[in-house]
Amino acid sequence: MFHWLEKHPFFFAVAVFVTIAFAGLIEILPNFAQASQPVVGTKPYTTLELAGRHVYIKNSCNACHSQLIRPFKSETDRYGHYSLSGEYAYDRPFLWGSKRTGPDLMRVGNYRTTDWHENHMKDPAAVVPGSIMPAYPWMFKNTADIDTAYAEQVTVNKVFAVPYNAEIPMADGSKTTVALAATLDEAKTSALEEAKVVAADMKDQEVKDAVAAGQIPEIVALIAYLNSLK
Amino acid sequence: MDNRPLEYDYTVAKMFMLTTVLLGIVGMLVGVILAWEMAFPAVNTIAGSGLAEYTNFSRLRPLHTDAVIFGFTFSGIWATWYYVGQRVLKVSMAESKFLMFLGKLHFALYLLVVVAVVGSLLMGITTSKEYAEFEWPIDIAVVVVWVIWGMSIFGLIGIRREKSLYISIWYYIATFLGIAMLYLFNNMEIPTYFASGGIGAWYHSVSMYSGTNDALVQWWYGHNAVAFGFTVPIVAMIYYFLPKESGQAVYSYKLSLLAFWGLMFVYLWAGGHHLIYSTVPDWMQTMGSVFSVVLILPSWGSAINMLLTMKGEWQQVASSPLIKFMILASTFYMFSTLEGPIQAIKSVNALAHFTDWIVGHVHDGVLGWVAFMIMAALFHMAPRVFKREIYSKSLMNTQFWIQTLGVVLYFTSMWIAGITQGMMWRAHDEFGNLAYSFIDTVAVLHPYFTIRAVGGTLYLVGMFLFAYNMYKTMTSSRRVEESELQNASPMGA
Repeated sequence: MFHWLEKHPFFFAVAVFVTIAFAGLIEILPNFAQASQPVVGTKPYTTLELAGRHVYIKNSCNACHSQLIRPFKSETDRYGHYSLSGEYAYDRPFLWGSKRTGPDLMRVGNYRTTDWHENHMKDPAAVVPGSIMPAYPWMFKNTADIDTAYAEQVTVNKVFAVPYNAEIPMADGSKTTVALAATLDEAKTSALEEAKVVAADMKDQEVKDAVAAGQIPEIVALIAYLNSLK
Repeated sequence: MDNRPLEYDYTVAKMFMLTTVLLGIVGMLVGVILAWEMAFPAVNTIAGSGLAEYTNFSRLRPLHTDAVIFGFTFSGIWATWYYVGQRVLKVSMAESKFLMFLGKLHFALYLLVVVAVVGSLLMGITTSKEYAEFEWPIDIAVVVVWVIWGMSIFGLIGIRREKSLYISIWYYIATFLGIAMLYLFNNMEIPTYFASGGIGAWYHSVSMYSGTNDALVQWWYGHNAVAFGFTVPIVAMIYYFLPKESGQAVYSYKLSLLAFWGLMFVYLWAGGHHLIYSTVPDWMQTMGSVFSVVLILPSWGSAINMLLTMKGEWQQVASSPLIKFMILASTFYMFSTLEGPIQAIKSVNALAHFTDWIVGHVHDGVLGWVAFMIMAALFHMAPRVFKREIYSKSLMNTQFWIQTLGVVLYFTSMWIAGITQGMMWRAHDEFGNLAYSFIDTVAVLHPYFTIRAVGGTLYLVGMFLFAYNMYKTMTSSRRVEESELQNASPMGA
């Protein structure tokens, strides 16, 4: 049979394709049939958080920091409760990472503050002596892309039915709602409101001035995202 | 037509040989910069604080991996395809104007993609999925380049004179099909600009998959991009170039059959080993782990077949640096395909995952196996393509030893670093508290990061020797006759 295939390239190619596609079909399809269901307390991202997530991705923070706590005592001691599949229901793309040059960040919002992140991005070694993380001064100058974040919110809401403007159950039994603005202008207004809350805890005068003038520097969006990781 | 032997047309092969050398140097130079940045963070701002955004570790890291995978390795794969394809199918590209046009179009579009990738990654335009960082417009361009290559493969096969497909052709076909399937499914994404009615950045997209599913598809792709980019086409090369250069027939046809079909069937299951102890279902993690161990069989099948091809002719390893490159490559292939399965065993993975040991594993595979084999292939092709002998044998030998030393420094330092890191992360004191803070585990790695940077720098030096040797071969080496080009490549002193 193999000799025959070697003389018939078309059938050879078909045979190869079927052989390599086999494992994918068996491994991947079953999991897709039951798409990730969010666990209680998992919310979609707000416009500002999503813009911050884009800053995180733009600077490949995931190259050095994981967002996946494995079920070992040493990891739960260090980072908090181990990860559950449903907690990633609204993560497009996933940001588990593959290398920990720095610590895991999945629940960093539980133990770091706005102030800490601000200092850390400016001069990591001043906050954590011995840190090999580079500084990110341009995040204090560049403006966050709220438009694209809003476009993504509209997209996931429309295409994947991500529940914006809907009641979401929280762990304490209460309900909460994440709003999706009706227009881009409204999205910008609400993102700026969120940004003011973050900037209030920051020291950098240029950032404060920018927010007061209606601008949102990247660092503000990034910190809003990091604070949301819990 | 008279009875002259076929004149093969190497125009396209030459173009890709050029990008193999250039992008190899670029990719590895970026890698060396990254290695020094990790050892000495001040290197991040080496071009001044104004340019720090573009010389920073986080921006260069995807550029490094993509330049080495899609720049160096794929250029090498295509350079060898446009050489090997004609020769084993006994047909010249010059016989078909259409195939010649496709080949040149393939190269031209590829160059455009390279420019777009470098620009966008430096700007921070990325989807964050490893080795699939490109946004949708580039993804579409990649698919077009790929389809053109496919047309070129099957076009050449269509007009072949040799009826039976040689082993190398099996592997090239598998490379084409495997990557096509993986790339398409992993890059399913929705452009937000169009879905939202024209808001935001036009190039931005959002993944079709979320969370755990996204991770599953990504590592099904990510691991198998290694399979069909770093294993399958490189095996295609060694099956052609080692028998040619050594003058020995492939040891066993049956073993090559077993290894090929075994590899095709088993490899795709192994992606799950990237997700052990994650939130994907447990049975998938187990399948990934078990099949990774089974994968030793087909991998070693090819490697042993190659080593046994040298039976009775081992003196060639001592006398020819070209054979040395290929034999070391096969040896590193065996080494790396044993190391991988060990890391995929659950208890070992618990320690090794997220550490530098994984980085070491990738690099002993890529530097020791992939890059050595590609350089050997280019060395073998050069005299036949340029009709000149290889400029310097002693330079080849020097390059071989410098680069071998570089690889050894690289993987040994990363083994120690990775295992140290893993052990320190999990260490508890006698009261059950964590013994070390995270920064303790960073500080202890400094010497190993420095050794790695030295190893990488040595390898890069070897790349420059390689480029110089190739350049001199092209321009000022002694001309050779067709009769000198049977088996062993002619080399200057």
